[in-house]
Amino acid sequence: MSTDGELEVVGRPLPRVDAVARVTGTARYADDLQLPRMLHARILRSPHPHARILSVDTAAARRIPGVKAVLTGMDLPIRYGIMPVSQDERALEFEKVRFVGDPVAAVAAVDEETAAAALDAIRVSYEPLQPVMSIEEALRDPVDEPIHDPALTRQRGNVHRLVSYEFGDVEAGFAAADHVREDLFFYQGNTHLPMEQHSALATYEDGRLTLWSSTQVVHYVHRALAKVLELPMHRIRVIGAAHGGGFGGKTDPFSHEIVVAKLAMVTGRPVRCTLTREEVFYAHRGRHPVLIWMRTGVTREGRITAMHVRTALDGGAYGSYGPATVFYTGTLQTVTYAIPAYKFEGVRLFTNKAPCGPKRGHGTPQGRFAIELHLEKIARELGLDPVELRRRNYVRPFTRAVNWLRVTSCGLEECTEKVLQASGYRGRPRRPGHGMGFAASAYMSGAGTPIYWNDMPHSEVQLKLDRTGVTAYCGAMDIGQGSDTVLATVVAEELGLRPADVRLVTADTDATPVDLGSYSSRVTFMAGNAALEAARRMRRLLVEAVAEATGVQGDLDEIEVREGRVGEVSFEQACQLATTRFGALSTSGSYRPPRIAGPFKGSGVGPSPAYSYTACVVDLDADARTGLIRVNKVWIAHDVGRAINPLAVKGQVEGSVYMALGEALMEEQVYRKGRHKWPSMLEYKSPTVLEMPEIETFLVETVDPEGPYGAKEAGQGPLLPVIPAINAAVFDALGIWIDETPITPEKVLRALDARARGQEARYGPRRFPDVDYGAPIRVDPPDPHDLRVGEELERAFAAAGR
Amino acid sequence: MLNELQRPVHREVLLLRVNGEEHQVLVPVHATLLEVLREQLGLTGTKHGCELGECGTCTVLVDGRPQLSCLLLPVQLEGHEITTVEGLGSPAHLHPLQQAFLELGAVQCGYCTPGMLLAAKALLDRNPKPGRRQIEEALAGNLCRCTGYATIVDAVELAARRMGA
Amino acid sequence: MLRLPRLRYLKPASAAAAAAAVAEVGPRAVLVAGGTDLLPKLKRRQIEADTLIGLAHLSELRGVRGDARSGFELGALVTLTEAAEHPALVEGHPGYAEAAGLVSSPALRNAGTVGGNLCVDTRCNYYDMTYEWRRSIGFCMKKDGDVCLVAPGSPRCWAVSSTDTAPVAIALGATVVLVGPDGERELPAAELYRDDGIQYLAKPAHEVITALRLPPADGLASAYVKLRRRGSIDFPIAGAGVALRLVDGRLERVRIVMSGVGSHPVEAPAAGELLAGQEPTPEAIAAAAELAARPAKPLDNADLHHAWRKRMVRVVVEQALQRAVERARARRP
Repeated sequence: MSTDGELEVVGRPLPRVDAVARVTGTARYADDLQLPRMLHARILRSPHPHARILSVDTAAARRIPGVKAVLTGMDLPIRYGIMPVSQDERALEFEKVRFVGDPVAAVAAVDEETAAAALDAIRVSYEPLQPVMSIEEALRDPVDEPIHDPALTRQRGNVHRLVSYEFGDVEAGFAAADHVREDLFFYQGNTHLPMEQHSALATYEDGRLTLWSSTQVVHYVHRALAKVLELPMHRIRVIGAAHGGGFGGKTDPFSHEIVVAKLAMVTGRPVRCTLTREEVFYAHRGRHPVLIWMRTGVTREGRITAMHVRTALDGGAYGSYGPATVFYTGTLQTVTYAIPAYKFEGVRLFTNKAPCGPKRGHGTPQGRFAIELHLEKIARELGLDPVELRRRNYVRPFTRAVNWLRVTSCGLEECTEKVLQASGYRGRPRRPGHGMGFAASAYMSGAGTPIYWNDMPHSEVQLKLDRTGVTAYCGAMDIGQGSDTVLATVVAEELGLRPADVRLVTADTDATPVDLGSYSSRVTFMAGNAALEAARRMRRLLVEAVAEATGVQGDLDEIEVREGRVGEVSFEQACQLATTRFGALSTSGSYRPPRIAGPFKGSGVGPSPAYSYTACVVDLDADARTGLIRVNKVWIAHDVGRAINPLAVKGQVEGSVYMALGEALMEEQVYRKGRHKWPSMLEYKSPTVLEMPEIETFLVETVDPEGPYGAKEAGQGPLLPVIPAINAAVFDALGIWIDETPITPEKVLRALDARARGQEARYGPRRFPDVDYGAPIRVDPPDPHDLRVGEELERAFAAAGR
Repeated sequence: MLNELQRPVHREVLLLRVNGEEHQVLVPVHATLLEVLREQLGLTGTKHGCELGECGTCTVLVDGRPQLSCLLLPVQLEGHEITTVEGLGSPAHLHPLQQAFLELGAVQCGYCTPGMLLAAKALLDRNPKPGRRQIEEALAGNLCRCTGYATIVDAVELAARRMGA
Repeated sequence: MLRLPRLRYLKPASAAAAAAAVAEVGPRAVLVAGGTDLLPKLKRRQIEADTLIGLAHLSELRGVRGDARSGFELGALVTLTEAAEHPALVEGHPGYAEAAGLVSSPALRNAGTVGGNLCVDTRCNYYDMTYEWRRSIGFCMKKDGDVCLVAPGSPRCWAVSSTDTAPVAIALGATVVLVGPDGERELPAAELYRDDGIQYLAKPAHEVITALRLPPADGLASAYVKLRRRGSIDFPIAGAGVALRLVDGRLERVRIVMSGVGSHPVEAPAAGELLAGQEPTPEAIAAAAELAARPAKPLDNADLHHAWRKRMVRVVVEQALQRAVERARARRP
């Protein structure tokens, strides 16, 4: 960066720093790693959706030549889970199984063939229990027994979590409305389907465990290993291998990671386990199926006076991130639209399916789908332009929402204008079967509070500088989104280098300080800020050393650090001067979001130091005879604050559009007769290149005051508006509402048939089940212009007795 | 499955030509080309996503045509030229396709990339000036979950232009 | 990683020797050409075999012979890509070439063969699953069990014929050349199939398909329309192959054969007869498509909802008829 603040590498569309390795096949993914004497592990999984385990007989398996170890649940009895409130999984279960695919036993053998044969020789005796396969079933009294012990969940039956909040006076809000509308939506579950199957390799040498894994979060795997294996954290090293795609699906600690670690400890040999594609469907943690009921009051002009949202989530067999997911189905509505009074009730239920968790957008695509279609319907009912109605309700930058979420930079207006203009939405041509739809959204740049409540930084970066140059160390994991490139770019910017000049060591718990990992769209914002702080400190030291050595007097800030030079000397010389002056240098930087959360229990889910904003328009053709839909084009504008690398940001936006199209039109994780209906790449339909429309991407830069160089997230938010925009476009084309995902041709024809019969031109859920959400926690709204954060906010709470 | 271990393993000594190099290998007949490349020849650039012919990730070239290594038996491949991503270019001498993928951001996680590159190479070798639709048709069996494909198609177009120049 | 079971691989010297080898080894032997259908099924233990009788090395089974005037003989090992791109075939029997070009994905068409696609195993999403999945739900009668999971009361298997090339081949009146231990015979392609999800081929296991013979073009116009979720990779969930002649503005010899609607390629003779002698008006085509679609009974064992698939059968038949008529018109001097 030049002294006048002009950016040299930030904002340039440079290739990723690891691109050469990834285009030449030299990047080493977990399954590519091979160590001497390595054993191969396979995991035996439950064939029953719900059953008690009566016995596990491994004798025959142990006798097979080449089998080196067999584990059962008794070897790994300690429960773990990603959140403190969801410690409900075991690496191998020994009491009961909760879905087809639940791990029960594991084998390490000389090769996979032998390990597979050994699994087949393990005899497990089960007592089947009545499975629970839907939201409705989960809300009834269990036939046999609840999926989880109510003593652990502290809830009735198969309820996992309940949330209930009322912000402001909702009743008064509805009373003030000229018009009130209710709608019901269903968002089907779907899965991440990373191209890389999960894989982990463990060694245990000199009393130290090392695990290479395809994880998104080395730190959480580290924690889970320490807990379950009862080893101190300093005796465990977790390294993120080159990563073949996550999308949230590799964020939890997984059974196979713990299993290979234990097997390595037992056998004293390296052990690797790579899941089969079918097992990846069982590992899952994907999108929750969610039923959503929404009621909104508006004035004649379309201004929202109150909103009441109810959600019911099909959580699958374990907690995972579910306690957060249930909040996310309702919480972020208020950072897109100004809602003066807001009531939100949510319930997450256990079912006998693969556990759901965080998938790109984590809990918010479902709520986004509902609110966008709901507002679209309200606008049409009032005879208002659906885009105009939304604009009247857009949040304003630098305000605080009714549920205390603080909004900083907000480019919703600009994003909207970009896509409207580019797409010609307003003056769109009318021809049969052709439609266009619009939607807007917001997403967070990292969670404002950590999963494990503490005051430590969320991200830490260390820089080492010696006579050979500079190295950055950070626990963040590049899962393909380009976080390594962002780190290198930030450091390079501050030190006047090119990103390729910065050596990186990332995602290695021995070598790198903690970063909470690649989820929640947090890395650019948080690790970026930490890197910025570390790099500025290093820059200062470099400049000092150079100034001293070259006899420069005066303001050190006047010394240019750019284009490989520090003042009058080259960067290499500067490194030598700095090492001469100080010895090898290290600086560190860290980032912890300011206290933003409101003064009430549960306020920790939703706050983010900054929100990204997106608007999109979809153009499609829908065939009334077949129900088939062809998306022609998507215009999408994303407020990324600042694009640190526009190439990478555009890649995230386009990838989000792709994933959204899959969710909107074909992807569904569904069950039949207690089993995943189609755990395969062939039958779980992931769009090919032939299904892709043209995408026109606009990056809007609002330069957030707290983001690194103003940057916000880009990896998840752009997925959100695409899905409801498609449904809106289908209505535009055919005059029918498909109030659920995915929009299969069958549903389109059913809605058209209904209209032909004189019924409502709609396909979607018909009723929302009765749920006792309990009395809501009532929260007084903040002053929308009170932007205090951190200690200032805490002092204000203390003064108010909160 | 247990009794499968009681079956004999039939092995054959094969001369496989991979990336222009000859490898004499002793392979179990039931090991697919994917397994032999990754586990015996150390060519781990070839990835796998399903091992059932459903995702395209393990694409290699056989006599210049893309095929799926998870469904090929080495015993059928003597006398044929096999090309993997390692044979496409090296870090020091990138193939124009690799260069274009890198420049345009057609690589995110990189896991589908080897298969995509080889499918694209086969196309450009036969059709140096493909239209966009032809590129899409050629890549239609290779799934990617990161990019949304647009940059990949752009990169193939760019490489074609440069190779034709 | 999913892996194959232990196997031996034989390389018989000829097709006749291959047939003899199958007869000798018995039910644990299976013929393999491109392997694109067989290998996944072996990995999922849907087919249990310990001996593969390889055909890939038999060069006499390669090559496209003949032309549009005399008819074509496609060696069984001709790849689907070769068939789809063969200029004379594309010109003479475009419906067959387009069917070959719509099979799965480019890479699989480079390995998959003309003979292999005729023999593609019937499919069912209760059956095309791993050993562990099938054991979990309970094995079905097609492999290891005794019930049909899609129609539990049914005495028969309802797995779906999923070959893309057979419908047009049958519609064209193609024949297949079979070599067995007792010599060679030629069989109409239509007679290669049985209406049974398990024993879907009417040939004995020890007969080897060596060639597919397509008739002289002789005014025949053909088309294949395939319905599937994605533009690639997927098997047909409904398909229609048609061949017809347009003589002096009237249709003659119309044959309509559907894929993905039953356990065999289902011909609709009545619909073909309905069109004979008629002008190819949209109304006539729609009526014939309606009639053709009537016997199709999709079940909940393939992609998308079976009720929707049922509705789509007439659409694909109509589209195939229209396309064939367009081709017939374009071809007339």
